[in-house]
Amino acid sequence: MLRFVLRRLLVAVLTLVVVSLVTFGLFFAVPSSPAKVMCGKNCTAADIAQVEQRLGIDRPLPRQYADFVHGVFAGRTYGEGDFRQDCPAPCLGFSFRNNQPVTEIVVQRAPVTFSIVLGGAVLWLALGISLGMVSALRRGTAFDRAAIGITLAGASMQVYFFGLILLYLLVYSTGLLPFPSYTPLTENPARWAAGLILPWMTLGFLNSALYARLSRAQMLETLSEDFVRTARAKGLPARQVHTRHALRAAITPIVTIAGLDIGTSLGGTFITETIFGLQGLGKATVEAVQFLNLPVVMATVLLAAVFIVVANIVVDVLYAVIDPRVRLN
Amino acid sequence: MSDLSHPPPVATTVDPAAPEPVAGTVAGHPEIVGRSPNQLAWLRLKRDRTARASAVTLAVAAVVALGAPLLGHLTGIDPTDKFVDRLNDFGMPIGYAGGINTDHWLGLEPGSGRDIALQLVYGLRTSLFVAFASALLASVIGVAVGVLAGWARGWLDSVVNWLVDLTLAFPFLIFALAVIPILQDRFYSDRESPSPAFRVALIVATFGLFSWTYTARLVRGQVISLREREFVEAARAAGAGTGHILLRQLLPNIWAPILVTVSLMVPQFIAIEAALAFVNIGVTEPTPDLGRMIFNSIGYVASDPWYTLFPGLTIFLLVLAFNLLGDALRDSLDPRSTR
Repeated sequence: MLRFVLRRLLVAVLTLVVVSLVTFGLFFAVPSSPAKVMCGKNCTAADIAQVEQRLGIDRPLPRQYADFVHGVFAGRTYGEGDFRQDCPAPCLGFSFRNNQPVTEIVVQRAPVTFSIVLGGAVLWLALGISLGMVSALRRGTAFDRAAIGITLAGASMQVYFFGLILLYLLVYSTGLLPFPSYTPLTENPARWAAGLILPWMTLGFLNSALYARLSRAQMLETLSEDFVRTARAKGLPARQVHTRHALRAAITPIVTIAGLDIGTSLGGTFITETIFGLQGLGKATVEAVQFLNLPVVMATVLLAAVFIVVANIVVDVLYAVIDPRVRLN
Repeated sequence: MSDLSHPPPVATTVDPAAPEPVAGTVAGHPEIVGRSPNQLAWLRLKRDRTARASAVTLAVAAVVALGAPLLGHLTGIDPTDKFVDRLNDFGMPIGYAGGINTDHWLGLEPGSGRDIALQLVYGLRTSLFVAFASALLASVIGVAVGVLAGWARGWLDSVVNWLVDLTLAFPFLIFALAVIPILQDRFYSDRESPSPAFRVALIVATFGLFSWTYTARLVRGQVISLREREFVEAARAAGAGTGHILLRQLLPNIWAPILVTVSLMVPQFIAIEAALAFVNIGVTEPTPDLGRMIFNSIGYVASDPWYTLFPGLTIFLLVLAFNLLGDALRDSLDPRSTR
């Protein structure tokens, strides 16, 4: 088990190194002049030279990458004298436009995205798996057929359309819910939840469609297996057969997909955040992209990749915990 | 005990799921019609009601998109025409349901006063063009790389496998979002505005270059399993070159899964293109775009929900029809798969 985890960690670190090299190259080697892009339209040549020098962009690219990696692990200092800017340990760069270390921006924005995704994930998993399980148990009934129809439509629905429909129906025309906003959980849990119900519902309803289809198919497959028949033959109550035996076996592939989905979402729920005007990581990326604020774009893209890689490891380990067959190999 | 190594006589049972009863002996059906697997798949697809309905929907969408200039000619409206005189002082269209009347079938855009029907029809063109072009590019790259990796094996195969794993770790949507403006900056300075065609090409290239991996992996697996089969050996014994074996022997055997992936890739690209346009990274003004229409409508959801409804519904129906058709296609090409 330990060797398995260590090997996965090694692969993950290698992947991250390559991903960071590619993103770094893309954002600092491709633009004609990164300093000019960062400085903006009204900058003089002297301003640009100053930005270059202060952010260390005048150095050769490999050196810049080394500086960046050093900054992530040990922190770094930008500029000197009056313009001295300290960027402590997990330094993801310095945004000239915001006059702020990128890490600060990320720390400000991350809780919003995490709240949206984690709340949404609880909803979509609970809704999707229970819907899929019930329709598998009632295969062929009116309930099953209705569930199939709804999930087919839901899987083709877009967040940007569905979110606006909910916004119109639940906020503007009936006033049932407040317009979404973010209050830190530690400050006021009730207001935190009330402000995020709408994004949760949007993500929850849409994503549950996929999980319902998946868990229905998985459940049907497991219900026809021998060990379920054995459990029934032993005289176990139906509820115990369905939850303890069938669901547990059916749920493993769902864990994989859920982990990857959550990882991907953490990197960018930019559509949900744009619809509801929430200042999360995705919105930060979109804003930074519009102004070509390179350090912020690079940090958020890299972070999104980190979330996916980490989610992959978590899924692999969880898999071994849930499914004994994986552990034996 | 009967000998289990010999199959039982076939004639005793008739598979109830078989498309046509094997009725060679029944009077009135003297002939047994031989059908190729492709013909059987086509028959199954034709019999599928969902497939027929979604195919009709898509055909209508294609005709409307292709005939967009004709519609503009008939109504005498250009997608860029602004009917500001039909907006009130607050920039809202005058009349019921977003200004729907006989001149403007789906009303006008609040603020700009453009005709929504025309924007929609031209937006459909953008959407379908980007999706089909990207799917084509991704499939061509994917098939080429997959065939190469599966056929050559060795280090080339390892490199391709590693590349595929790596792209899976890349957050595609966020990456596309970040890459498109940066590449544009590379080719255009901020004083000149890039041509709309350049932007469209950039989007297609980004989509194509970052989503060939699934097809490549699929094709590679198929090629590896087919390359050792007897018909390939026979072709080689008959003196066929590698090019002939790859193109004339292997490729015809794997077109079915490729077709299914293409048909499921198109709705994904429609959705992603609209998502990028939704955050203003997609196709730029004045090229009409469905996703950007929804983005522009955010501010008017409370006062004029019709503006959101029409483009949203169009994308939804388009994606739904493609998904259903893709599912039906997969089912008809692979009889073993069940719904």
